[in-house]
Order: sequence, then C-alpha cells, then structure tokens
Amino acid sequence: MPEMIFRTEGITKVYETGEVKVYALAGVDLALYKGELTVLLGPSGSGKSTLLNILGGLDHATDGRVWFGDTELTNMSDRGLTRYRRDHVGFVFQFYNLVPSLTARENVQLVTDVSPDPMPAEEALSLVGLGNRMDHFPSEMSGGEQQRVAIARAIAKRPQILLCDEPTGALDSTTGVQVLEVLRDINERFGTTTVVITHNAEIQRMAHRVIFFQDGRISETRVNETQLSPSEIVW
Amino acid sequence: MHAIDQKLLRDFRRLWIQALAIALVLACGVAILLTSVGMYKALSDTRSAYYERNRFADVFAHTTRAPLSLLAEIESIDGVQSAEARISDYAILDLPGYARTAVGHIISLPETSDPVLNVPLLVSGRLPAPLNPDEVVVNAPFAQEHGYAPGDSFSANLKGRKRELVIVGTALSPEFIYTIGPGALMPDDAAFGIIWMSERAAAAAFDMTGAFNDVSLSLLAGMQSEPVIDALDTLLEPYGGLGAYGRDTQMSDAFLDAEINQLRGMSVILPPIFFCIAAFLVSMVMGRIIALERSEIGLLKAIGYSNTAICLHYLMLAGLIAVVGVGVGWIAGTLLARSLAAQYAEFFNFPYVIFRVSYWVYALAGLAGLATTSLGAMQAALKAARLAPAIAMQPPAPTRFKRSFIDEGMARMRLAQSTVMILRSLLRWPLRSFLTSLGLALAVASMIAATFINDALDEIVDLAFYQTNRQDAVLLFSEDVPEAAIEDVRNLPGVLQAEGQQHHAAILRHGHLSKRTAVETRRPGSDLSRVLNTQGTQLNVPPGGIVLSERLAEHLDIRPGGQIEVEFLTGRRETYDVTVTELVELYFGLGAYMDLEAMNALFRQAPRVSAINMTMDDNKLDALHAVIKETPRITGIVEMKENRRSFQETIEENILVMNTIYTVVAVLITIGVTYNAARIQLSERARELASLRILGFGRGEVSYILMGEMMLIALVAQPFGWAIGAYIAYLMTNSFTSDLYAIPLVLKPATFTLASLVVLGAAMGSVLIVRQRLDRLNLVSVMKTRE
Repeated sequence: MPEMIFRTEGITKVYETGEVKVYALAGVDLALYKGELTVLLGPSGSGKSTLLNILGGLDHATDGRVWFGDTELTNMSDRGLTRYRRDHVGFVFQFYNLVPSLTARENVQLVTDVSPDPMPAEEALSLVGLGNRMDHFPSEMSGGEQQRVAIARAIAKRPQILLCDEPTGALDSTTGVQVLEVLRDINERFGTTTVVITHNAEIQRMAHRVIFFQDGRISETRVNETQLSPSEIVW
Repeated sequence: MHAIDQKLLRDFRRLWIQALAIALVLACGVAILLTSVGMYKALSDTRSAYYERNRFADVFAHTTRAPLSLLAEIESIDGVQSAEARISDYAILDLPGYARTAVGHIISLPETSDPVLNVPLLVSGRLPAPLNPDEVVVNAPFAQEHGYAPGDSFSANLKGRKRELVIVGTALSPEFIYTIGPGALMPDDAAFGIIWMSERAAAAAFDMTGAFNDVSLSLLAGMQSEPVIDALDTLLEPYGGLGAYGRDTQMSDAFLDAEINQLRGMSVILPPIFFCIAAFLVSMVMGRIIALERSEIGLLKAIGYSNTAICLHYLMLAGLIAVVGVGVGWIAGTLLARSLAAQYAEFFNFPYVIFRVSYWVYALAGLAGLATTSLGAMQAALKAARLAPAIAMQPPAPTRFKRSFIDEGMARMRLAQSTVMILRSLLRWPLRSFLTSLGLALAVASMIAATFINDALDEIVDLAFYQTNRQDAVLLFSEDVPEAAIEDVRNLPGVLQAEGQQHHAAILRHGHLSKRTAVETRRPGSDLSRVLNTQGTQLNVPPGGIVLSERLAEHLDIRPGGQIEVEFLTGRRETYDVTVTELVELYFGLGAYMDLEAMNALFRQAPRVSAINMTMDDNKLDALHAVIKETPRITGIVEMKENRRSFQETIEENILVMNTIYTVVAVLITIGVTYNAARIQLSERARELASLRILGFGRGEVSYILMGEMMLIALVAQPFGWAIGAYIAYLMTNSFTSDLYAIPLVLKPATFTLASLVVLGAAMGSVLIVRQRLDRLNLVSVMKTRE
C-alpha cells in the first residue's frame, strides 16, 4: 500500500447566499495516496472542485479536518496556505490562466523564481513538448499549447501534488489527448501525485483510482488494476 | 422605470467611488471656470458700468500751475469730448485719536455746476457748499476706517496753514477704486484719504485762484488717446506739465486691469486642464465597463435594443458623472466666487457690487462639464453600439503582446517576472500609460504653480523691504527742498538716520519707444534706499549714466552701453542723451536711477532733495508724528514698516487660501487618476493576479505588480510635472508682470519636493485603497468565471 498523502475527515463546505445555505460538501472522508493518479468524477455541483480547492489550500472547509501528510491544513493561516501552495502544489485549470504579458518561458519562470528547488523553465517546457515555442506569448499559441504551458508552469517547481480542474475541458479531443499524455508522463516520471477533475467518464480509464461524487458526498471509490494510455481512450 | 434605466442607476451606484473621483476632477474645472469667468465678467461689467455712470475720464495730466483760460484750448483738441480742470494736491492730516500721520489727496469740486468727469458718488451726506471753505467730502473707506460720519471734523496742514475741516459727506469715485497713497506699495485706508473740497476753498488753500494743476479729458467714441495726449502735452508744457497719460497708467485702473487680466488668464488656462483629465478618466473607465459588459451588450442587442439605445445608455452613465461633477462644481464655484468677491470688496472700492455670477456662466460651466464627459464616453459608447451581438457574446481574444527590442534589454537585466509584467503592461498600452502619467504630472504642476508664489513673494519682500528699501519711512515734500533739510529731519525726535533723494518725472525714449516714469537720484553709498545689481551688491550710478530696471529696459529695448533720451518734466525741462550703464532687477514699479550730484550739475541747481528716507526709534514714534503733522512743506509720509506688514499680511492670507485650494486640487486629480487607473488594472488583471496567488505568490508580491505599475507611472510623472509646473510658473510670472509690479520666477527644490510628496502620497493612498480589494479577491470565484 503506498503512503497516504491527503486525508480528510468529515469535511463540509457550506455557501451562504442570502437566506439560502448550499452544501457544496456534506461530510467527505477521503484518502489519496502518494504517486497515484486519481480521477474525480461527478456531475456539475457535486463538490469535486470545492474539494480540490480545499486540498490545494485555496479555500477553507466549513467543518471537518484536512491533512497533507502530517501537516494539518484545516486552520492554517492565509500566509501558511500561500507557503504550502508555493512549495508543494501545482495547479492546472480549464482556462489555462497564463499571464498574457509574459512569454511561455517567463510564465514558467514566474514559478521557478519563487520555488526552493525548481527545474529550469526550459526543461519544464521541453517535458510538455514546447521546447521550440518558449518565446511565444499566450496570444500566439493554440489552446492545447497554452494548457501545456500551464502544466509546465505547474510542474516546474517539482510539486508533490498536481491538481487539475478540467484540464481538457476547453480542448478538442486530439489536443486533449496530448495534454493527458503529458499529465501521465509527469506522473510516471516524477511520481507526482496527480488529481484530475473531469466530466469525461472515459478519462477514468487512465487513473489508478477513481472517486465518484454525488450531492457533495463520495458515492463510490474504484481502484483500476490496469491503466489505459491516453491515446487508447476514445471520446 | 424601464429595466435598462434600472441597470443604469445600479451601475452608477456600484461605480460610485470611481464616478465620484472623476466627478471631483470635473468639479474643479467647473468651479474654476465659474469663478474665473464669473468674476471676470462681474468685475469688468461693474467697472464699465461704474466708469460710464460716473464718467471716468480717458486722459489725465498734472501741471505745476496752468491758467484756467487754457481749458478752452484743451477742450478744442481734436477728439476731446469734455475736459475738466481741477486743483489737486496732497496734505498732511491730523486726525483726532490717530497718532500716525495720515495723508490726504485733496481734489477740488467745480463751484457752479456738478463735476463733468470723475463724478464722486455720494455714499452719505451731501457735497460741500461752494461758499463754505471748511466743508469737505471724504472717501468712504477712509471714513469707515476712522469711524467718521457727516458732522465729524479733523485738521489738515494745507500749505503750512492748519485748517479744521468738517465732513459733510462720504463718497466713492471711479478714480479711486484701488486707492493707494503716493510712494506707498499697498493700500492703507487709514493713512490715506481722498478729500473733495469746493474749488474756491482749494484755490485759496493752494494758491491756485484762476489756475489749475490737474486736468481730465474724456474722448469722443472711437478716438485714440495717443494724439490727444501729445496735443495736451504740447499745451501744458509751458505750465510745467508732467506728461499726460491714458487710463492704462492711471493707478487705480491699472491695478484693476491687472486683476481682470489675471482672471481672464485663469479662465483660459486652468479649466481646460481639468476638463481634459476628466474626459480622459471617463474614457478610460467607460472603455473598461464596456469591455466587462460585452456579453450583456450582446444580450441586449439579441433581445432587440437598438444600437442608439445602447449608445445612449452608456452616454447617460457618463452623464450621471457629469451631473454630480457639475453640481459639486457649482457649489464649490459659488463658494469660491463668494470668497473672491469678499477679497475684492476689501481691495477695490466699488459703490455697487455686481459680484454675483450670472446664470449664463452657470449654464456655460454646466454645458462644458456635460460636453467633456460625453466626449470622453463617446468612443466607448460608439464601440458598444457597433458590437455585433454574436461577437459580443463570445469572450474577447486575449491581449496581444509582441516581443520588441525592449524585451532583449529586460532579458539582459534579468528582471523578476513580476517586474517584466509591470513593464510590458506599461508598454502594451503606451497611450494609456502616457495619459495617466500626464494626468499625475498635471497634479504635480498645479502644486508647483501655486506654491512657487511663496518663494517668489519672499524674494520680493526680501529685495523690496530688506535689501533695497531699508528705511522705516519716507518723508515727501510738496516741492524740492535744500539738502540742509536732511539735517533738520535728523534732529526730529526719534529719527536715527536720514538720507535725501530726488525724484524727477521724465519721459525716457529710445527710438520710437518711450516710457513716462520717475528718475530717482541718490548719493553714492546711500544706506537706506539702495540700488542693487543682479548679484545683490550695492550699485553707485556713475555720474552721467543711468541705471534702468530690467523691465523698463525691456520696454525701451535697450541694453547696457546704449543711449537713451531723457526728457525731464521738472526743473528746466531739458532733454539729455544718457548712457545706460547697468540694469537692475526690481519688482515694484519701473525704476530709473541717476547720481544725485550729477543731477544737480545737470539741472544747474544747488543740492536739493524731494524726499528724505529715515530710520526711527519706535519708542518715539508718537512724538515724531506729532512734529510732522505740524511741519509745513511735508506733503506725505510713507511708512515702509506699515507697508511691509500690510503686504505680508495680505499675501500670507491669500497664499494660505491659494495653497490650500491647489493642494486640494492636486490631491483630487491624483486620486481621480490613480484610483481609476488602479481599479481598471485590478479589473483587467484580477484573473492574472489570482493565478499568481494560486501559484503561491503572497499578497505583498501580488500587490507589488498592481502598486508597482501605478507607482512607477507616478514616479515617471514627477519630472514631467516639474517641467510643466516650472513652465506654468514661468507663464504666470509673465502674465502677472505689469508696469506696476513683477513677480520673479523663484523655483526652489523644496517646492518640487513638496509637490511630489503630496502627489506621490495621494497616489499611494489611492492605490492602497484599491489594494484592499486585491486582498479580498476571492481566488476561487475569479478562476471559475471566464471574462
């Protein structure tokens, strides 16, 4: 059994909008393991992204506790969470979120400038297959290329965890597969614990572990004995 | 209310801080326009009405003594409408309960008819009875200063005869809207009064029966004054004419004119600056709003709103800003105009005050404000109208950045990525960066243009009162006295030092240029009233030469070494060619200086003086004044200390008001520009900055990008602000300069420092307010939504 990297105990997240209380998470107990690629599946509003945000230190849970290894994130200060994100977490979003005024290389350097043990920006970009597009601005790249820059930016700090929220949501299937190849490659090569949120049920076939969400709770957890390579996935 | 109007109001409420920041800049423009145009119109209209109703003359002249029979000849000069001969002289007054020596300017009133020109306007009482020589009318400010009413009396030393005069009325005159005594630098209504008496009484007192020494002319409409002045000079020359002059050099009118010109200058220079900044801010904010509301615009169009309706919708949002700005501007302008009017009431003696700003000026300022914001919003509103609905509902393409040679430089400097972001963003929108910077530069400039006056006035006070005119008082005589009089003055109680000086009215000519002024003479090494060269060391005029003030030299277009013709209007009335030996800097009047000894030789006269400068023991002032009041031949005393005090008091008061207003203005501009620019940046970059926070950047590091860019713009603005401020200051010194006075351009580092500190401080404050929003940025929600 691999070492546990995330553990949550009964976490809930309540959003209060005016008079209405919305339970985004209604008591989630979860364990994620080092080096695994986990896919979170579920309909919109089932709580996947909320959980990812809490694991990534972007948000606090309303109730319950969260651990990253031996460190408890539950009541960590804003400063502590910033430090945690900076040192341990890599994020990939659906809409890339690159800085338009920086080139691909510079977008990656944003991270390498502040991380304790980063890989060179050039290396990170080569890993995602963009060694020849390093000096291009986001506006000069395709969606798939931009997403790969975002991944390069996320992995350049050698994070222990890579959190991806709908990384292929804005891409066509061909570019989507390229991006998934990169994620899997990183996971295998560096053993980076990777969590991928998706609407696309097919993607679960490349994961070590699949967690299903429904109404703010985990409805099912499944472990895949064998994983398909992204190129074998059809959607 | 239509839904779209609901949206308008809600948008306005949501944007209220930004809207207010712009509205306040607009309000500055409206207020200054209102005040300057309003006061300019009020002052010039009041003056015109007063001049017309009280028949203010067009040409003035003084002589030693001319026969009344000459008047008919003067009246027949081509272009003259009417002429009035008067007796006019100065007298020392002894006012009950007033220890100081006051000076009266005595003017005769025609015996048989009402005055034709320069008609005094009775404020109380009546005119003197022609046959009662003791009855007088005094000017109202003088009466007010001493609490006089008809029936009160005081005594005057009329040519050595002390007479008790009874006040029968108080009056104002278009000749004395600005009332300043001979030799004085500031008005002093307590120490200087105008006294009208019947012609018969004045003639008897000044030995002028059948004669006059003062004449005023009015001209036929459209008539130029120069030929009349020449003809009048010719007629008066045999009678000791001191040179006729037009309204432009009439003391009261010249001061009034200087003030009116300043107001006109202010109304032309300042409001456009504010309007331009406001238009720029509106354009910047509206542009951003439309970028943010892209999909809403698409939706509105899809529902069926017309392009015109959408264009109007956004113009009306700008219109609401204008309404607030104009409203605040009207209120501030009204208050400002009221305070200015109060100031005028103190300095200028008008009988009726039309210091009310006309309604059309309010309308004009309001329209200007509305036009400004509409113009600023026009481009954005039209862009909204032109957006095709299908395109509007899609997200905009990402901003394009391109590599340039500057990037090579940045790469070589190995700047942090956050710094690269700041620099690229500045370069990506160069016009916006430039205009933002220009706005802040104008804020700096407005501070400099207002505060440099402090140092300029300090310099004036220092030069005029501590370096050149070091005497405590100047005694003036009715005519030149032998130099031995200096010794007599030295023996007066409390007099510590006494030195003599001559004044001669003269016309200076160089080529076709000429100027009527007084030539002053003094002995070499005079200690009390000194002529200083531009280095500040005392200058002794070489015998046979003449030293001119820089402004006079400029007027005559002459440089040291050149020769000018000096026609003396006193003594033997001879004309000499004199070499200009040096130029001196002078802030009051147009000075011309010669050596006293050389002048005596030139005039072939025994040593004489026309004024005596003295220093006094403050403890014996009452005794000294008591003696002066009894001394014949003294026609006036100018107390320099009193002048200095009054000058400093006046300027300190005005400067405090001015500095406060301009500091507020600079702060308002800075807040308007910085707050809006930072808000727009935050809105444009929220996503980017949130990404950085997620990547692990701390609040400080992220706000560095936002604040760094704004503060860099603010820093870049400083040198431009200094340059523009220095230039405006230069323009101001030029526009303030007249024959009466000059303001030096004194720019000290402290002025620039203060302006920069105020603007940078206000910019920092505004950015910090925006930074609070950055701190509250909800990382998750920003990342969720795509613009």
